[in-house]
Amino acid sequence: MAQFLFLLFAIFTVLCAVGVVVNKNAVNASICLILCLVGVAGLFVQLDAYLLAFVLLLVYAGAVAALFLFIVMLLDVQGKETFGLRGIRTIAGFVAFALLLAGIGSVALKGQIVSSPPVSVAGGAQLKLYAYQLFTTYLLPVQIIGFLLLISMLGVIVLSKKHEITEDAP
Amino acid sequence: MFDFYFEIPLVIRLILQGLAVIMVIFPIAGACSMAERKVAAWIQDRPGPNRAVVPWVAWIPFFGKFLQRLGVFHVMADGGKMLFKEDSLPGHVNKFYFVLAPIVAMIPALTTVVAVPFGAYFDGAGKLIPLGLAPFDIGMLAVFAVSSLGVYSAILAGWASNSKYPFLGSVRASAQLISYELSMTLAVLPVFLWVNAPGTEGTMGFARVVEFQSQSGFLGGMWFGFLMPISAFIFLVALFAETNRQPFDTVESESDLVGSFHTEYGAFKWGLFFVAEYSHMIVGSGVFMLLFGGGWNPLPWVSLATAVDFLGTFLPFAHAPLFVGILSIAIFMGKVLAMIFFFMWVRWTLPRFRYDQVMKIGWQKLLPLSIANLLFYAIAIALIQK
Repeated sequence: MAQFLFLLFAIFTVLCAVGVVVNKNAVNASICLILCLVGVAGLFVQLDAYLLAFVLLLVYAGAVAALFLFIVMLLDVQGKETFGLRGIRTIAGFVAFALLLAGIGSVALKGQIVSSPPVSVAGGAQLKLYAYQLFTTYLLPVQIIGFLLLISMLGVIVLSKKHEITEDAP
Repeated sequence: MFDFYFEIPLVIRLILQGLAVIMVIFPIAGACSMAERKVAAWIQDRPGPNRAVVPWVAWIPFFGKFLQRLGVFHVMADGGKMLFKEDSLPGHVNKFYFVLAPIVAMIPALTTVVAVPFGAYFDGAGKLIPLGLAPFDIGMLAVFAVSSLGVYSAILAGWASNSKYPFLGSVRASAQLISYELSMTLAVLPVFLWVNAPGTEGTMGFARVVEFQSQSGFLGGMWFGFLMPISAFIFLVALFAETNRQPFDTVESESDLVGSFHTEYGAFKWGLFFVAEYSHMIVGSGVFMLLFGGGWNPLPWVSLATAVDFLGTFLPFAHAPLFVGILSIAIFMGKVLAMIFFFMWVRWTLPRFRYDQVMKIGWQKLLPLSIANLLFYAIAIALIQK
């Protein structure tokens, strides 16, 4: 049963991911992206990574993708421009494809999955483990990403704010 | 007695349990629409809906008249109308997403129930076992995550309707939902800081929160609503905004937006939006009561265990798990319904905020307040639980 569900969610996720790329209508593509994220969350649930699943839903499916969809609808983006394989795009596409193949190949040939997964702990303890790791081992990456977000936020404020030259300033 | 039930395969059992919960939530959501009209009538000092009656009930001498005056049959009449009314599909809409939107509205509204425990019983060893569909350890996160998907129904409905007012309504709805989610999340953090005391196993589940509110002693038995009033207040305000209730219903302000994202909808599709809104209210009230209102404990400083012990002095079956389970569910449901009455009460007490005021309250008032609140409790809890 678990195997079947995992396969079902995996196929669903891959199909939705293909849908994101293939769809010409930007709204359909964003909906596919959301469904894809939900599918990935489902896969995480199957792997007993409940926290990851729900954080993924909360952050990406709930907020980020909503903004995508929102902007697509507000700007009324019509995917009229058909994307052909021309010039630099072709090269970039092939390079990306080669990298992907190399990645999959290296995992398939050389990679080894540790047969016994980490001791399955109760969800709560897992939560504590995550938090502990975030605040000890991975503290620096968390801080750096926090600063990056801060910088981008400041950038948005600077860019979007209208600079009015105040002439009547004392 | 119920052994046969546990012989059914797990998947079917879970589906049955899920259906059972939906079959409770759905009619309550329907009845809430009736209660809304009746409460409005009481507050405005008029009789309210009091005409519809089934003939053979009207023949019952006193009781029939009472039910008619109470307006209970209007629920059936409304439901029947929604089912049998012509379900028109306007010509200018995007048909696929137009039909999809009400369905998308129902999914998060009914899925969040999964993570909310609604009662408890004591097993043989006197250990409290919460009753719920899925005893998640990350209950709060699950509720936030799934309910954040509710924004899609608003966006899709407004966009697919392909007309101005619904689109404006959906823009407002999604902006409001995203703005108030932040302060709501920050408001519950002190609760979980307090509950995850050092040395305990970390959890985001509701059962532990209720357990913490049913300890003995002055501080132990105190509901978190008294211990963290500002958190409770922020959560409550954000809950009103998230469920699009007055005074935050700029989304469907009839005077300037006709309806809201559901202006173009009629019949049962409109009904689904309605039921979804009330389901949100029910689940939201439940979460509020679990976090700040003591869950299934009958009174502050009186836990369920104490109440059952007290009842045990004159009821021989008071300690039976079945009785305790039903009692706790009844207490919890009573609290949730009281909360829903509060929603309706506020609706007829506070005037609607303007849209710019809604945004201002969310970002400039509630968010700084919730951050300050979090900082204060983080320091206080660190000092107390050192």
